[in-house]
Amino acid sequence: MAMPKHARDGWLLSIPALILLAFGAAGPLLIVFIYAFLEPGDFSGVVWNFTTEAWFRVFFERDIFDGTVSMADAHLTIFWRSVKLSLLTTLITFLIGFPMAWFIATQPPNRRPAWLFLITIPFWTNLLIRTFAILEVLRNQGLLNSFLLWLGVIDQPLQILYTDNAVLIGMAYVYLPLMVLPLFAAIDRFDFRLIEASYDLYASRWQVLRRIILPITRPGIVAGSILVFVPSLGAYVTPRILGGGKNMMVGNFIELQFGQGRNWPLGAALSMLLLVIVLVALLAYVRVTSGSERRDA
Amino acid sequence: MRDRKFSITRMPGFATVAIAAFVLLYVPIVTMVIYSFNASDSVALWGGFSLRWYAIAWENEFVQQATIRSLVIAVSAALIASVLATLAALGTTRRPSFKGQTLIYVMINQPLMVPEIVTAVALLIFFAGIKVATGYTGLLYLIIAHAAFCVPFAYLPIRARLEGMDLTLERAAADLYATPFQTFRRVTLPLLAPGIAAGAMLSFVISLDDVIITEFVKSAGQDTLPTYMLGQLRRAVTPEVNAISTALLVLTVLLLTAFFLLTRKRD
Repeated sequence: MAMPKHARDGWLLSIPALILLAFGAAGPLLIVFIYAFLEPGDFSGVVWNFTTEAWFRVFFERDIFDGTVSMADAHLTIFWRSVKLSLLTTLITFLIGFPMAWFIATQPPNRRPAWLFLITIPFWTNLLIRTFAILEVLRNQGLLNSFLLWLGVIDQPLQILYTDNAVLIGMAYVYLPLMVLPLFAAIDRFDFRLIEASYDLYASRWQVLRRIILPITRPGIVAGSILVFVPSLGAYVTPRILGGGKNMMVGNFIELQFGQGRNWPLGAALSMLLLVIVLVALLAYVRVTSGSERRDA
Repeated sequence: MRDRKFSITRMPGFATVAIAAFVLLYVPIVTMVIYSFNASDSVALWGGFSLRWYAIAWENEFVQQATIRSLVIAVSAALIASVLATLAALGTTRRPSFKGQTLIYVMINQPLMVPEIVTAVALLIFFAGIKVATGYTGLLYLIIAHAAFCVPFAYLPIRARLEGMDLTLERAAADLYATPFQTFRRVTLPLLAPGIAAGAMLSFVISLDDVIITEFVKSAGQDTLPTYMLGQLRRAVTPEVNAISTALLVLTVLLLTAFFLLTRKRD
């Protein structure tokens, strides 16, 4: 079957990029998938024997002496911490980001680009630099503790750094712009005459927010939530710097398997699990947003 | 003038939260910048204004090498990514949709969907195998990896530019007996140039910022600026890290401003 010319040209032009991506991104994922079904090597790497042991070890552990099987509590704790912190990060960034996006979108048109630029700078600034900046603020002698001491709220510095709270504050800080930008896009398209109409019909402010604004800007809310939730779940740099060694998230635990843990198949299985969770979230996003577009039409 | 209370766009507390959030967003960054000019050894105690840590960072051999390495990788990755993304954008826009087009979209945007730590692990395994097999441990691995995750960032502005372009100009060129190549070279490419420049700049910034993939792919002694800084954070932190961060921040803001000016021209 001959391909139409436009299709053949389309493919030919795209092939170089696809080859690069096949080697530099997508292809190696297949190797990870395969590694998740192999035995770990003695020091690192793998032994080429098929086994589902790595998947078993993700959820369960076997006692070395009597072979009894129990839930792998350490792993579940790490997974639970990752999901919990990611959901909380999403919630916090939404609660702060929505008023921010609303504020920007309701500025006079000539001032809007300046506010947008202010949110875009942190967005493009190195994540490491921003994490480092918040690290300095959260230190025992840092700005936050100094401020609280000065206010008299506390009489000695709080240990914030190297706790789950530090990771949460850090992730909310670094991912906030990812929430604000899609929310702004949604609010910017919003038809403000609808609010006027609601007020004419005696709606309260809360009713307007709850019944008109939030449902109509839902695609933006979903987009922002996905954009924050997905990188939070796979976060590596922020929990590593702010959480210290004990407060690991899935990303750090995966790295451990390829470093000191020396269990590549377990690391590969954990990576695949993380990937699946993320893809499910993305698919849900596609379904929710395409559904709402159909309703609008 | 209308009473502020009756403004339909006003939501109680929203402006307060927004202003406070903007302030909180910038306080850590500004503090970091201020302490980069600290004369003392501490990142917490102020010892007077000084450019000392900039001088120390400037003369630090590791920082020099990491900077050069970061720039070499970022420039190569941006060049490769923008050329390949331009071709792919030309292949996937302005033509009837064809079989497999969705697959191409998914492949191009794939680096945006997969968590970076997963890609990093995958590349670690893949390149470790190739390093053992070929014995080559140079910068090429990092360049390939960076170019790959830069492709979607280069593709998006180029495609947006292409879709907004006026098709009649190219038809006019064809009517005037320009060959397809001449049309591309003299009409399409100049019109597309701001999009390509924007894509290349985004790629450059994204590559320069990368920590995770670089950390996993690099061979011994191949630190880039971000991985060097990550390593420093494990030790006692000196304002040297602030100085490097501030320099990178300034570079990002400059590029971003240029990007805004380039993309704004279209309107």
